[in-house]
Amino acid sequence: MELLKCTGLRLGYEGKAVAEEISFTVSEGDYLCIVGENGSGKSTLVKTLLGLQPPLAGSIEKSEALRRAGGVIGYLPQQTPVQRDFPATVEEIVRSGFLARSGLRPFYTREEKQLADEKMERLGISHLKKRCYSELSGGQQQRVLLARALLATGNLLLLDEPVAGLDPKVTAEMYELIKALNRDDGITIIMVSHDIRAVLAFATHILHVFHGRAWFGTAEEYAKSEIGRTFAGGVQ
Amino acid sequence: MNGLLAVMSFSDFASFFVYDFVWFAIVVGVLIALCSSLLGVTLVLKRFSFIGDGLSHVAFGAMAVAAVAGLTNEMWIVLPVTVVAAVLLLRTSGRKSKLNGDASLALISVSALALGYLIYNFSGSSNLTGDVCATLFGSTKILSLTQTDVWMCIVLSVLVIALYFLFYNKIFGITFDETFARATGVRTEVYNLLIAVVIALVIVLAMNLVGSLLISALVIFPALSAMRVFKSFKKVVICSAAVSVVCTLAGILLSIWLSTPVGCTVVAVDLLVFVGFYIAGLALRRARA
Repeated sequence: MELLKCTGLRLGYEGKAVAEEISFTVSEGDYLCIVGENGSGKSTLVKTLLGLQPPLAGSIEKSEALRRAGGVIGYLPQQTPVQRDFPATVEEIVRSGFLARSGLRPFYTREEKQLADEKMERLGISHLKKRCYSELSGGQQQRVLLARALLATGNLLLLDEPVAGLDPKVTAEMYELIKALNRDDGITIIMVSHDIRAVLAFATHILHVFHGRAWFGTAEEYAKSEIGRTFAGGVQ
Repeated sequence: MNGLLAVMSFSDFASFFVYDFVWFAIVVGVLIALCSSLLGVTLVLKRFSFIGDGLSHVAFGAMAVAAVAGLTNEMWIVLPVTVVAAVLLLRTSGRKSKLNGDASLALISVSALALGYLIYNFSGSSNLTGDVCATLFGSTKILSLTQTDVWMCIVLSVLVIALYFLFYNKIFGITFDETFARATGVRTEVYNLLIAVVIALVIVLAMNLVGSLLISALVIFPALSAMRVFKSFKKVVICSAAVSVVCTLAGILLSIWLSTPVGCTVVAVDLLVFVGFYIAGLALRRARA
């Protein structure tokens, strides 16, 4: 079932297009990877998908199913340095995933707190609950933000370079975790990545943004396509 | 009383508490301390510390206009001007603007200060230096509050505290990660506007206590002290409120006892406590490592 359908997107700032003619669909259970060189418009695409900036042209349709689940895309941002000395416990951050859903209600309900506990358990960070976020390792921090993203969404996650800055072992664990969320928990994944090996290993669909245009198709089609072979280089 | 050895005996000190103005000062001081410290945590963490400073200078300029206009209650000019300035400043600092954020802030800050003093010269006051000094350092204002001042302060403080309490979780979310909050559908622009208005309210209130030059201290010190020792947002907020109230109380009492100006005594106590927390923080870190 389709969750998200983007047609003829034209992206950019103040009327200046960074990328155009971007069309793709995301269906339930997909693992879509967005690849492309720096400056190709990936970050602009992320912002547009999240509704942080409007597209210059084209449309983003959210399906009935997605809207019923709150219409929210769970977002795992790239880590920003401002957060590094922030006094906040893991629990406080994870619970803030509920903010949009809680409307004007000032406090979290008991069910929400329990749900937050369950998600921390699922991601293996329950024992860090009372710890300060800024004192955790990079991998642990990403899990905290992932738990928060999962609470914000019913079924769709957008991960922006989720393994940037992590060491190889933690990177592998992170990929396994994302794969498990996709396979076992039925979470649809959209991941922006530079890591072509991981993309080829995990993605079901690929959106390649290049020279201001985009290629979209399944992972098999991509591996056979000219652009896919060029980009993947000697990896295979 | 005004010599170097102006320290009074305890009975003299105690006799001060029969006066209404002392109690007014204490009530208003504690409320202002509470409000400014709550907001201070967000301002410091959002890297907005300087906005408080800039706004207080704008408030000084507005105060000068009110003095020249001969208003009996200068709040009617100072409050709206500061609110508008706060909204504009938070707006431009959040986004990419043509003029660099901190440069434009410095520009507004010094312009308001200079123009404020210039305008004061037209007020025809016989005690110009005294008026300006009182507005900048709040030296006498806090000990000459009228009942109306006190009520106004109580109403505004209760409003600020209630808003903070109601939107505590939202404020945390927006302070920690505004982009995430916005991406998941929180109307961050509304909350930022709310924060801006509340900052302006706090600054206008705090002018009574410490004057416009020292307001930043009231906003920043308690939050920074708390952050040295505590690592959870909730604990930092609670600790900073407690530190602020205790320091302000101590500052007011000390200033009566030593016959020193209230504002700078309060800030000196804040500074002393910050140094204490800084050392405690270092010791804690060493103990953990």
